[in-house]
Amino acid sequence: MTELQATDITLKAKSATLVEAASFTLSPAEFVVMLGPNGAGKTSLIRATLGLETLSAGTATLDGRSTAKLDPVTRARQVSYLPQIRPLAWPNSVRDVVALGRFSHGAALGRLKQADAEAVNRAMAACDLVHLAHRSADTLSGGELARMHCARAFAAEAPLLVADEPTAALDPRHQFRILDLIKDYVSGGGGALVVLHDIQMAARYASRLIWMKDGRIVADGTPHDTLSAERLADVYGIQADVQDLRIQMAGPV
Amino acid sequence: MSGSPWLVPVLLIASIIAIFIACLLGSTPLPIDRVLMAFFGGGEVGDRLVVWSIRLPRALAAFLVGAALGLSGAALQGLLRNPLAEPGVLGVSATASLAATFALYYGLVGVSAWILPLAAILGALAATALLALAAIRTQSVVTLILIGVGLSSFSGALMSLLMNLAPNPFSLSDMISWMLGSVANRSFDEIMFAMPFLIIGSGILLATGRGLSALTLGEEAASGVGLNLRNQRIFTVLGAGLATGASVALAGAIGFVGIVAPHIIRPFVGHDPARSLVPSALLAGLILVIADIGVRVIPTDNELKLGVVAALIGAPFFVWIAMQRRAVHD
Repeated sequence: MTELQATDITLKAKSATLVEAASFTLSPAEFVVMLGPNGAGKTSLIRATLGLETLSAGTATLDGRSTAKLDPVTRARQVSYLPQIRPLAWPNSVRDVVALGRFSHGAALGRLKQADAEAVNRAMAACDLVHLAHRSADTLSGGELARMHCARAFAAEAPLLVADEPTAALDPRHQFRILDLIKDYVSGGGGALVVLHDIQMAARYASRLIWMKDGRIVADGTPHDTLSAERLADVYGIQADVQDLRIQMAGPV
Repeated sequence: MSGSPWLVPVLLIASIIAIFIACLLGSTPLPIDRVLMAFFGGGEVGDRLVVWSIRLPRALAAFLVGAALGLSGAALQGLLRNPLAEPGVLGVSATASLAATFALYYGLVGVSAWILPLAAILGALAATALLALAAIRTQSVVTLILIGVGLSSFSGALMSLLMNLAPNPFSLSDMISWMLGSVANRSFDEIMFAMPFLIIGSGILLATGRGLSALTLGEEAASGVGLNLRNQRIFTVLGAGLATGASVALAGAIGFVGIVAPHIIRPFVGHDPARSLVPSALLAGLILVIADIGVRVIPTDNELKLGVVAALIGAPFFVWIAMQRRAVHD
């Protein structure tokens, strides 16, 4: 079983401490959502855990092997990492972009092997992109773009998925769509770690919530155990009523 | 589906035809049958000499130089994710020709014939390495192009200094030849000296082309799908440096082909940097062979330099691409 594990990770940049003594695990078949205000260190923790940053202290392992020493191809086959969406450099076709998800399997665009082509087809069908296959990616709407990048992440068919704000700048309907796609991935046995800003959505989809504040993980548990009015006041500095995972926000503390 | 299967064969055939046409033209008029005979080892000795020692090496040199620049341009554009990247614009060609001129000026070439290509390649590698270092520090491609402008200007200034100090008109005209870029009077010997570097550089670029596709996603996402960013940078810079250096060793500084060819090719290959490599090389080679035919056909008192013609066509093209670009990509 593939497991991504961070143990007492500390990450410093010059004098600033971005992440301090953070520990968590991500296993298959769980939907973990990471919450926290801007600048809490969510992206830094993810990058550090994946071995993309040099740790100041602690260890990050994938199946017991240090992620910092893992070569990118091996890592990408185990964990599909979807960073915050950036514009593409070229106006590639949607299918080509999704096919880049097979990079770690040695896929070359335009000459996909059968296994790669099938994985791409499955991911495109799951994300409802088949009719957009030959469209140029720079003509897509925000929702379609988000789906394309999700399909790219799914095409890798890796046991774990780490997505950094995959629903940023999407309307509610499209947010539901993306999170449903990730939910399907999790019910298929995948393990997902997703950064979100919508607490209500997080509570609805997550099997576990990781709460971050000032570079530290302040809570890690089921939505029922960790979502409370006190927590929202502490982590986000907002006043809110919480009942049965339903949040009624009143304003800043 | 993106990617046209006929693209490479068509370019290949067109290139061969262009090289053959280039062999038909010259100061001694030779009819087509005599050229064909000479090609296959028949005909008069004089005809064979003209075709094999003068015209074919010149045409081949133009093609190889173009191919090296087209390939380097396409690869650098993929690496830097910008259609304006090219050895000429980034100052790589200028730095390479400065190094080559330096070797000529101080008579180092007399020591060994290998000095000239080696000097050009060292110059090209120094410039590409500087650019790659800058590329790690800054995300802005505009900064890189400005560094390229700086490199070009500085190399230009040093070249002017060397010309200023040139001891006699002969070395002066030698240097001007290098700055302007030309394939006139090239022999198979010169091609042979550039060839190993050209082959190794092209080999590296073609072997690591797949990573350029991944870079379409941006660096973070590219490493997310499994690309080793550091190695990709090193290999592309090394490959482009070797290929560009070899082309400069053969023809001096010839700019803009490396921009024009990939730009034309891109829509035919689904805008995929990896798939644009080979067709861009072939098209750039073809363009230079045709431009070199033009150089010989246009009746001027002094023969035009190939680099001058390339820049006359290429520079307006560069401005046009720059004006088409949307701000989003920076």
